[in-house]
Parts: sequence; structure tokens; C-alpha cells
Amino acid sequence: MARRNLADLLAASTARCPNRLAVVESDTRSLTYAELDEQSDSLAGFLSQRGVRRGDRVGLAVPKGLQAVISLFGIMKAGAAYVPVDISAPAERGRRILEECRVSALIVDAASLALVPSHAAVQVIVVGATPGETVGARFNDALDSGRHVGQRVDVDGDDRAYIIYTSGSTGVPKGAVITHSNALSFIDWCSDAFTPTADDRFSNHAPFHFDYSVLDIYLTIKHGATVYLISEELARRPRDMARFIAHHRLTVWSSTPSALMMLVQFGELEACDTSSLRLVTFGGEVFPPSHLRALQRHWRSPVYFNLYGPTEITTACTFARIPSDVPEDRETPYPIGFACSHCETLVLDDAGREVTEGAEGLLYISGPSVFAGYWNRPAETAAAFLDRGGVRWYNTGDVVRWDRTEGFTYVGRRDRMVKRRGFRIELGEIERALYLHTGIREAAVVTVPDGNLGLRIVACVSCRNGRPSIVELKSFCATKVPTYMVPDRFVFKDHLPRTSSDKVDYQTLKSQMAEVA
Amino acid sequence: MQDIKQTIREFILVSHLPGESPDSLSDETPLQTSGILDSLATVGLVSFIEKQFGVELDVSDTSVERFDSINEMAATIHRKRIVCRT
Repeated sequence: MARRNLADLLAASTARCPNRLAVVESDTRSLTYAELDEQSDSLAGFLSQRGVRRGDRVGLAVPKGLQAVISLFGIMKAGAAYVPVDISAPAERGRRILEECRVSALIVDAASLALVPSHAAVQVIVVGATPGETVGARFNDALDSGRHVGQRVDVDGDDRAYIIYTSGSTGVPKGAVITHSNALSFIDWCSDAFTPTADDRFSNHAPFHFDYSVLDIYLTIKHGATVYLISEELARRPRDMARFIAHHRLTVWSSTPSALMMLVQFGELEACDTSSLRLVTFGGEVFPPSHLRALQRHWRSPVYFNLYGPTEITTACTFARIPSDVPEDRETPYPIGFACSHCETLVLDDAGREVTEGAEGLLYISGPSVFAGYWNRPAETAAAFLDRGGVRWYNTGDVVRWDRTEGFTYVGRRDRMVKRRGFRIELGEIERALYLHTGIREAAVVTVPDGNLGLRIVACVSCRNGRPSIVELKSFCATKVPTYMVPDRFVFKDHLPRTSSDKVDYQTLKSQMAEVA
Repeated sequence: MQDIKQTIREFILVSHLPGESPDSLSDETPLQTSGILDSLATVGLVSFIEKQFGVELDVSDTSVERFDSINEMAATIHRKRIVCRT
């Protein structure tokens, strides 16, 4: 069967092994391939019936669970792209995202109805019980009503599969548009690199608005394996998460280093038999070797991979195999390694020349997994690419150093984007939120290293009349940005340091904060 | 009960609100729903509480709805200790 889109992976595996388990949420909640295929067909039928057309966007704002996975495939089968929204982030932020990409339908949790956009003609499908009045259709009713529609929508490689929003430097999140062929090229690389089989039991730790989930879900489905969903609730309970891994005898684990560090610190791993694990991939941030060693004391059996890549190139573009016994004296983090076989890399210095071995430069990526552009942002899309030798290169903005034996080493960034717990954060977006507070006159946000968990976000502020409490400022920020962007520390100053051109002097501030915070 | 609250308050002030006046953190201040404690901070707090007070908290004990303020946390610990003793 010709395979042109992500839903074709499900169709092929369903034909091969209809009765195998595809998705497991808990001991009592799971779906076989036939069930997932059939129920996502029904959802696609309902969406088509309600006017969703090929090329449309459909919002997805539900807790991790079977219905969320049915939704991914249902939306794509209807020819639309899914737009996953973080339901734990402020509703205003999520609603703006859904409005910006003009979703024609929204699948939403009953507790998150504040996300429903204000533009007209949005079909709303509600997951979970709503007290009182019903807004839109209930999920199960939608499946019933779409069951026999039987409409097939043609979906090509160039069609959009999903749009994931990341923090934007101007303070407004921007949506990276990923096509089906972008995602398929990455999944095919994963097949070669990790050689999964139908007997693998994958974890899915990443939320769907974080593109690490693309690996977990679609690689599983392609190989007729089973994916075990780690709910948001379970992800907050390291001890239960460790038991979940042992109980289900998971074979593949993928997450950020933060999640793994939390498992080591609080998961009581010594009490769990996790010898079934054969593969661990991590990415999204630096894994300090001391913490990696601590993990490997408990998880000795698996092979480890460090994956690197921004959302714009579909999850990962470089990889490094990490030894399963990190030496005691290793202090420098491991490199991000070599280009995945579906990607080409280029490292250029400030003058646009290719750097020699050992020198630093900006990393550019090209290949079939590089995104189409940002939704509705032609200027930012154009600025993200470099045309060189007739090839379109995506500028990652990451500074790297090339070495023949180790591959690429991540050095840092020249702009103000940071990564924390796998999430990209533009510090400007946090400043913009702070400036919305009436008591704040000046705000500047910097990060300082935190021995335990990577990065600490420090907000330096000067106030108009009297200083607001830190409790108030943190709570205020949390109404504007997701909690992973809320500053860890607040430092109050009469005036922020300025450069001779009257700009905030971030260098001075950063060195001051490294001492204070 | 006051001892429990004071211990939790001090932990939160030192770990997550350095520089804050203790008066700004009341027993009723929402901590999870307000964004003062993110998920990682909550995991650390739960672990601290379990060690400090010798209780084991499960998923339902620490849900955002029922484990949001110092009062609610202290009540949960109190309840757990009674269950352990009987």
C-alpha cells in the first residue's frame, strides 16, 4: 500500500495485526489497532459531516488518554492538521493560538471550555462530563454519529499534519507547520536507528503539544507495537511512574532529562524491576553527566541516545549514542552527535563561511523533515531560512562546534531563547507578561545555571510604587504564560543596569544574578 | 497542626520564594493553581512532606484541587497520620 500520510501507518498496521494492542492508558483502558482505526474513522466522519475540510486546522485540548490518540488520527483522516494546546497553560494563551490558526473544530476537555475561540463556526466536541448545559457535541456521540459516514479524504505528503506553537521572541507564540512527509521522514529514520519490533512497548511521556510525542506515537503505530500513555497526573508522580514502567514491562522510554532526573531523585527506582527497558532516548535539554550516571546505576540494561532538534525540523536532526556506563570523571555534557541520515547539516561562521573542525558556528539543517514555515508569518518564515547552493537551509539559531570523532557539541545561543524541561522559552515573552503588571516599571529576565535542574529563570524588576509580593508576581505571571515560564526568582532593584545606548545591560545583570540567585 | 503548617511554610519560603516576606504567604494562598509551585516544585514538596511527616501520599491526595494551600496540605497530612495509627 502506498504510504503518503501518518494515518496510512495505522491502516497498514491494522491490516497486519488488527487485534494487537495499539494504545494503553491503564490496565482497564486500552485500544487494539482495529478499535483505534475504527474509532478514528468515526471521528473523521463526524468532522467531515460538520464541515471540516482538507487543509483545515482542528484544535486538540484534552488530557492525555485514549480519546486524545483517537483524535490525532481522526483529525488527520479528515484531512485536517491537529493543533495541540497545553491545557495547563493560561486559557487566554491557548485561545489566541486557536484563533490565530482559525481552527474549524476543537476537541476540548469539559474543564477547559474557556479555550473555545470566539471566531464563528467552530465545531466543539467535548471530552468528559459537563455539569449543566452542554456546549457542542459529546465525544462519544460524535463517534456514534460519524460511524457510517464512510467518507475518505485524500491526504498527501504535502498536506499539513500538525501545527505546534513555540514561544515567540516578540511575546506571541508562533506555530511551526509540519507536513505528513516531514513527519514520515523522521519516523523512517527512527525505524533505521532504533529497529523497533511489534513486541516493543513504548512509553509516551511527552504531552502532545511537545513534538517528542511524534516519535512515541507514530513509531509505535508504524511497527504494530504498543504505546503506553503517561498521563499528566502520572507524570507528576515519579514513584507511580516508576511502578508503571515496571508493571507494563516497557521496553522503550523517551523523555526530557528533567523527567528522568525526577525519576531518579523521587521515583525509588531501586524498588522497581525495569530490566525490560532496552532503549532510552532523551532530548530537549542538556543532561548533566552526574545525573545520567545516577540513572544508569538503576537502569543498566538499555542503550542510550541523546536526540537534538528544534520543532521546525520535526523532533530530531542529530543524535549521539551515549555509553551505558558514563565514566565517573566525565563532567562535560555529551555532544548532540551526528546528523540523522535524513538530514544534511551546515555550520557557518558570522561571515557565512563553513567552519573548520573545532571552530564554532550556527547550525543549519536541510532535508525532507524541515518544516514548511510558521503559520501566517511570512516574514519570520523567510528569516528562518538561508538559500545556499539552491538548497533551503533552516537556521536553528544554535551555536555548535564540530569535531570529527564526537560530532556536534552544543555551545549555546546568540539570542535570548533558552530551553528548559524540553520547552523553548523566549525570555522576551516573560518580560512582556511582567510589563502587563501595573506595578512594574522595568523588567528584565535572565537565566542562571542551577546545579540541580539545569536553568533557573530570574526576573529583575523595578517597581512604580512599593514592591508587590513575590506571591502576587508569580501568580500574575502564571495567568499570562505556562508555569514552566514563570520566574523561579524575583530580584527587586531601584533601576536596571543600562548600556551607553540605554538598553538593558543583560551581561551585567547576568553576572550580578549569578551571585544573588 | 500549627507545627505542620509552619514546617511546610518554611520549606516553601526557602525553596521557592526566597526574599519573600513570610506575611505574603498565608495558609490559604493557592500554590498549585496559582502557578507558585509548578509540577516539579510540587514533586519536591510532596517528597519533603513524605519524609518529614512519615506519610505516603498517593495521586488522589496531591491533586491540584485538594492540595493547593498550606491548610489543605496540613489537613491531608493530619488525616493520613490518623489512618496510619489506627
